[in-house]
Formats: sequence, C-alpha cells, structure tokens
Amino acid sequence: MTGFLVAVLQQIPEGFAPVTGGPQVEQIPAGPLVVASYAFFLLLMVFYLWTIWRRIGKVETEMRALEHRQGEKR
Amino acid sequence: MKKLFVPLAVATAAMFAAAPIAIAKADYESTMLLVQKIFYFHFATWMAMTLAIAICGVASVVYLFAGSKIADWYAVASAELVVVFGLFGLFSGSLWGRKAWGVWWQWDARVTMATMLVLVFLGYLMVRKYGGPGSEKLAAAMGIFGAATAPFVYKSVDWWRTIHPQTTVMKTLGEKWPGAWYLVLFCSAAFVLLTVLVLTARVHLEAMRSRLDDMYLAAED
Repeated sequence: MTGFLVAVLQQIPEGFAPVTGGPQVEQIPAGPLVVASYAFFLLLMVFYLWTIWRRIGKVETEMRALEHRQGEKR
Repeated sequence: MKKLFVPLAVATAAMFAAAPIAIAKADYESTMLLVQKIFYFHFATWMAMTLAIAICGVASVVYLFAGSKIADWYAVASAELVVVFGLFGLFSGSLWGRKAWGVWWQWDARVTMATMLVLVFLGYLMVRKYGGPGSEKLAAAMGIFGAATAPFVYKSVDWWRTIHPQTTVMKTLGEKWPGAWYLVLFCSAAFVLLTVLVLTARVHLEAMRSRLDDMYLAAED
C-alpha cells in the first residue's frame, strides 16, 4: 500500500508542466471562470481610472471657481 | 515624466491588448488545463501590488522622518493601488480556486494573509479619509507596518501547510516551461508599466489638491 502511494505521488509533477499527451476533458467548465477573471480586471481598471479622472476634474473646477472669486474681489 | 507619459501609455495599452491573445494561444497546463490561464494576470497583479507596497513603505518612512510632502503623495497614491491590485488578486484567485480546489474560498495561510494585507491598506485609506488633522502621520505608520507584513505573506506558503502553490513553482517555471515563463514576465512588465502610469496620474491629483489648499490659504490672507 505504501509502495502504491509513493508511486502515485511520484507521478504528480512538481510545479507547472505543459500537456504532452492528447486532449484532456474538463470536469468543471473553466471558460466562464477565466473570462470572468479577465473581464473583472478590465472593469476594475476602467472604473478606477475613471475615478481618478473625475477627481482631477473636480479639483480643476474648484481651482477655476476660486480663481474666478478672487478675480471678482479685485 | 510628462514627456514619457503618452509613449508609455501607448506601449502599456499595446501590451495589454497583446497579452490576452498570447494567453489564449499559450499551451494548457497538464493538471489544471484552461483555468491555469488565470495565472498570467493573477501573478502579474501580485507583482504590481508588491511594487506598490514597496513604494508606499519607503514613501511612508520618508514622510514620517523627513516630512516630505511629495513622499506623502506617493504613499497615498500607492496605497490606493495596493487595494485595487489586491482586490483583483483575491478575486482572480477565488475563481481559480473554484476550479483547482473545488471551492470559491479557502482560509489557508496565503489567502488569509493576503486578505489581511489588503485590509491593512484599506485601513490606511480610511484613516486618510476620515482621520482628520494629523491622520497623514498615523497612516504613514500603517503604511510602514503594511509593507513589513508583505514578506510574511510571500513566505507563508513555504512556512505553513497550505494548498496554495509554493514559491518553488515560479523558481522552476523558466526551466520546465519557458513559454509560460516568458509570458508571465511579459504580463508582469505590463502591470509594472501600468503601476508607474497610474501612480503618476494619482500623484498628479495629490499635487493639484495641495495646490488648491495653498490657493485657499492665500485667499484667506
């Protein structure tokens, strides 16, 4: 029994190893998981960049308003 | 940096456009098959996050002990990036785990510690937003301790019994599977460029906010 377990464990590759034989069958569909992962990254980055752009816009608007008020005082 | 920003942005966009095509064309891994393709952005995002953590840690030290305002801008900008990349890293890891481990979430050492690390930097941002006057210094201390935690997160897979792949996976990848190694290097380079660009834009925002504060002070005088 121990010999069998050792033989099984020796067959498991250490780290990543590319497929060398024929096509293998997926048991849980991986496609939606992979697509969801990359789509989430895209959406997250677009949203984050949009928040930076919006915050820069807000500060610029506030700066212009302040300059305008200062100009009116003079 | 202003002159370099546009060419770098174009190069980064091209790299992010090419990466999914290269990932789609890459060979399947022998045991995980298609789902292993999450690895290319998953690993790269942790690399970018590590860079952001290092910047936040160093900038926090400089701000705390030298009082540099610019260092503080870099610290807050990079802390925000740590949270953004950390969220993606945890999310993509969860999707990968669903297939590879059979569960959406596993409280193993690496996953739990990475979550805590993201929470530390989320705490940093909350202290900055709601902490009131003087919160910058408190946040800087959090940034330093957050950065000090990062090596423990990295080594967690070697020190504790965990189902997450060990650090040896990356050390042997170049030798065992050069195609995947070059692709993950390419994705990591794209993420590092993205980090530099977003950090530049975010620091620009902090600089503008500082200028606005100065304008308000000048208007009051």
